[in-house]
Amino acid sequence: MDHRLKRWHSVAGALLLLTLLIVVVGSAQADPYPQSTLHPKGDFALMVDKLFRTTLFWATLVFVLVEGALVFVIIKFRGKPDDPEPKQVHGNTMVEVIWTAIPALVLAMIAVPTVRTIFRTYETPKGADVLQVEVVGHQWWWEFRYPQLGLTTANELHVPVGRTVALKMVTQDVLHSFWIPQLAAKRDVFPNRSTTLWFKAEEPGDYPGQCAEFCGLQHGRMAFQVIAQAPGDFDGYVGRMQATGGPAAAPATPPVDSAAAKPAAAANALNTATLAATVQAGADTVAGSQLFMMKGCVGCHSLNATKPMGIGPNLAGIGHRLYIAAGWLENTDANLAKWIQHPQTVKHGVLMPDLGITEAEAQSLVAYLRQH
Amino acid sequence: MDAHALHPATSTGIPNRKLAIWTFIGSECLFFASLISVYLVYKGKSLVGPYPSEIFEIPLVTVGTALLLFSSLFVVLALNGCEQGNRKKFLGWLAMTILCGLFFIGMQVYEFTHFFHEGLTMQKNLFGASFFTLTGFHGTHVTIGVIWLLSIFIEGVRGHVPPAKALNFEIAALYWHFVDVVWIVIFPVVYLMNS
Amino acid sequence: MATSVLDHAGAAGIHPEKTGLWAWITTVDHKKIGILYGASAFIFFLIGGLEALVIRLQLMKPDNNLVSPEFYNQLFTMHGTTMIFLAVMPLSAMFFNFFIPLLIGARDVAFPRLNAFSYWVFLFGGLFLNASFLFNAAPNGGWFGYANLSSKQFSPGLNMDFWAIGLQILGIASLAAGVNFFVTVLNMRAPGMKLIRMPMFVWMSFITQLLVLLSFPVITVALILLMFDRLFGTHFFVPLGGGDTMLWQHLFWVFGHPEVYILILPAFGIISEILPVFSRKPLFGYTAMVFSGCFIAFLGFGVWSHHMFSTGMGPIADSVFSLATMLIAIPTGVKIFNWLGTTWGGSIQMKTPMYFALGFIAMFIMGGLSGVMHSTAPADLQQTDTYFVVAHFHYVLFGGSIFSLTGGAYYWWPKMFGHMLDEGLGKLHFWLMLIGFNLTFFPMHIVGLEGMPRRVYTYPAGLGFESLNRIETYGALILGFSFLVFIFNVIKSTRSKVHAPADPWNGATLEWSIPSPPQEFNFPSIPTVHGRDAFWEEKRAHGGKLPEPARVSGAGIHLPNPSYWPFLAALGVLLLFIALMNHASKLGPVYIFAAVSVLFFSIFNWVFEPAEG
Repeated sequence: MDHRLKRWHSVAGALLLLTLLIVVVGSAQADPYPQSTLHPKGDFALMVDKLFRTTLFWATLVFVLVEGALVFVIIKFRGKPDDPEPKQVHGNTMVEVIWTAIPALVLAMIAVPTVRTIFRTYETPKGADVLQVEVVGHQWWWEFRYPQLGLTTANELHVPVGRTVALKMVTQDVLHSFWIPQLAAKRDVFPNRSTTLWFKAEEPGDYPGQCAEFCGLQHGRMAFQVIAQAPGDFDGYVGRMQATGGPAAAPATPPVDSAAAKPAAAANALNTATLAATVQAGADTVAGSQLFMMKGCVGCHSLNATKPMGIGPNLAGIGHRLYIAAGWLENTDANLAKWIQHPQTVKHGVLMPDLGITEAEAQSLVAYLRQH
Repeated sequence: MDAHALHPATSTGIPNRKLAIWTFIGSECLFFASLISVYLVYKGKSLVGPYPSEIFEIPLVTVGTALLLFSSLFVVLALNGCEQGNRKKFLGWLAMTILCGLFFIGMQVYEFTHFFHEGLTMQKNLFGASFFTLTGFHGTHVTIGVIWLLSIFIEGVRGHVPPAKALNFEIAALYWHFVDVVWIVIFPVVYLMNS
Repeated sequence: MATSVLDHAGAAGIHPEKTGLWAWITTVDHKKIGILYGASAFIFFLIGGLEALVIRLQLMKPDNNLVSPEFYNQLFTMHGTTMIFLAVMPLSAMFFNFFIPLLIGARDVAFPRLNAFSYWVFLFGGLFLNASFLFNAAPNGGWFGYANLSSKQFSPGLNMDFWAIGLQILGIASLAAGVNFFVTVLNMRAPGMKLIRMPMFVWMSFITQLLVLLSFPVITVALILLMFDRLFGTHFFVPLGGGDTMLWQHLFWVFGHPEVYILILPAFGIISEILPVFSRKPLFGYTAMVFSGCFIAFLGFGVWSHHMFSTGMGPIADSVFSLATMLIAIPTGVKIFNWLGTTWGGSIQMKTPMYFALGFIAMFIMGGLSGVMHSTAPADLQQTDTYFVVAHFHYVLFGGSIFSLTGGAYYWWPKMFGHMLDEGLGKLHFWLMLIGFNLTFFPMHIVGLEGMPRRVYTYPAGLGFESLNRIETYGALILGFSFLVFIFNVIKSTRSKVHAPADPWNGATLEWSIPSPPQEFNFPSIPTVHGRDAFWEEKRAHGGKLPEPARVSGAGIHLPNPSYWPFLAALGVLLLFIALMNHASKLGPVYIFAAVSVLFFSIFNWVFEPAEG
């Protein structure tokens, strides 16, 4: 009786565990995962995903068989203390050879596609059509440069759908790792040696990514967005960014300019409040422009995408970015004002100091930046 | 402690302490292999001088190397004397070994001082950093070896190292051989291979 | 107190059981040192566990600010460092110390005083590392301390000095213990205990020592170079001076991967002792188990770069390290199949240690398979540095090592302390631990694949990480609670004083032939061994059962004298490193000179002190 009761306890424990794990998997299905590796939308990520699914298949098969054998053993060979001693077996050469050989065969099934895929990951995309992008990691933000287009931007990388993007990456300070799960995978970024990664976005969308190598205090807040756009939209984006370098651009860009064709993907996130602010700008933006100079913002930040200057992120196009403070804080007027006023509270440890900017000044700066 | 206590029966027949020193030497090989690898990885990677070819004094180091090599022979003779109970042979060759070791240390002190004057420091460039680290750790090993041998010499003079206790000396001698062998690797890798 | 130890030394040969602080400080008895290792490591394990709970509470909801990013980075660095160097390694060392001599039929280890020295250096190293919290400067660069974040420029505080120096101190302890146990296993075996008759735990521990001896020198060099960079301004890992950050990664992982096997092989050994006893059947495929252990250790030195796939080493290197890593699955598979083969056809006795052993197999399969999944380099480009990897190594190190070590604790507790742990509480502990463990770490697979990187102090809402992280935190709380059950079990059992028989489980190995707990001299007379499973053989030869062994007088048995020099030498090591850390202060050279003096003085007195009475 006691024996049976104990066995019942074990069954109950095992069932409870199983139920909980099913709950876990179930709740996992419920959430949307924009940063997932499991829903690839780029050729590189698709290639990796295919290999992952091959491995997952074999791993699951082995898992089920071996765990099944374990459960079988526990149920089948359960003994009582006074049972006679079981047959004393020390081994069986044939069986041992078989279970050495079978895993070797399974591994061969994984090994062949693995090596093939490894070589593909290192193929350097060539040709005039390839969009070259230079990535520079900073503590704790990302700088993107388009050498073919003469543009520099930060934390939001716009790419055209259907065109291969070749990334060449270095860091200004410590090691980082550039990870864009849905489009490619990750590649570490080093101070005195450049690394590469490539991808081709298959469909338009906003793809979040983030630094994956621990890089100090704000490693957790070093994200970015890749915005894949239809080729026409991308050209519009490039045109507007190049215009920030035009004679009329700095320091006060005509409001019309920023109201021009926006990236389709980013459009939905660009709230109407922003547009309203741009229209009624007037005096506020003039004050903002002066503050931008006086408060020293200009010492670190450029509003000109064609001139990479200053140690801070290039702010050309800041008004239209989805997020601020390196890809995680939603780009609302309130957040932007708070970020300008209290950077050390919002993201402690960043290079941007608290400059003692008042609420009103911050509003003016926001209004001004919204034009860019 | 009697002879029995020094040589208890072991499963392998090798005394514990002798096996231990061999084990330790095996581990130390990885230590020096890592230091030598670091030296080789950074070879030619220094951003500023002084560079090795400008600064090495091969003849002096060759003499030091030769003496260290000879000391390995001397320590064998000394151990032989110790095991035979030949006090004169034991202490005489041991003294020679220690002198060779001391000369080597002296050579290294001179070399380091000279390099400092030439502007080579650990902070100056990668060559300085990896060179001083590698040879410095070797020199520390030599110094510990000299202290160890010296303490055996003093014990020997006091008559505390009879043939039955030759193992006390033997493990020190094994260590000394190891230190010499490491230098046999360092010398060509660092001094000769830098055309 | 000082005179009492002299009295003991003078009254050598009688050896009454000694108690009191001084007896523990001067002990050279491998069993007492084992208990010291176990107690210290368990306390460090609880500290590391508390750090983990704070981490889990911080990640329980998005954009949480329970702890600051500064403190969070210290927490996860110290959690990893503590669990690896201050919990799992010394918990294994507890079993090495207490049981290797008993399992091979020896009275002590080869070098009892060196053994004490190892323990004290370990303890001081652990205290040194944790003392950093008092200065609000706990290490914060991750347990693998990647260059160049660890450089003075990017980590200006004392944090990484504590780390680089603390790990060097701990390395000395591990190396001294490595030499000691390597020699002990080779040289101290009882007559007839051939290598190929040794219990599997001894075999796996022996291989572990070999790994320690060959891998710790490499990390020692890496840490020395880092220390030189930080303290003396060299540029080994400083890019501005030409230093190469990849060199750190190579040096670290040449150590780091064998270290993984240093953490798991003793666990394999413990499982290989528990399964036969509770299946009442000898270990299946003994020889294959020995060779697969050797093969794992050998391959362990050739796969380090699989930690570095994302650095872009090139297709050839990636392929070689991918394939070499996959190869490890073969000997590991052999082990798992042989364990199943051991239980197959057995008469399984479901006692608490067996629960943990079977739980170990179930969880370790999981960890092994996720390991194969990141051996495919391209897939690893997605998985590395995410929570998928965190899940993987917790299935290996918690589901593997900790399950096994806990099982070992239940199995050997009666032998170590002379009383039984409660079976009911033991099983409750098991189920809570199994459920808590899986709730904590299984969702990490998913959340990692869904894009959550590791080592982030928080995550924004909207990436879908919320619900899984909440479940993980609940799981962690259950997991933490399960160890309270264990502590309660220990207290209850200690109080109840139910005396354990010498052989409560019908054990197969020599430790069960002597009273529980063993007397100071272990074996009244050194046993002679006639085959594997020596004690089973002996019981069979005597018709299946032996009378309860009596406690006897140890008169005439020579045992090593207690000594305080190992303690002082260990203190000298600690002082030397503290002095190095403060070398730049005004009195720096004085500190260093003083520390070296203490060290040399202790070592000389140790050398010239008679070892045996």
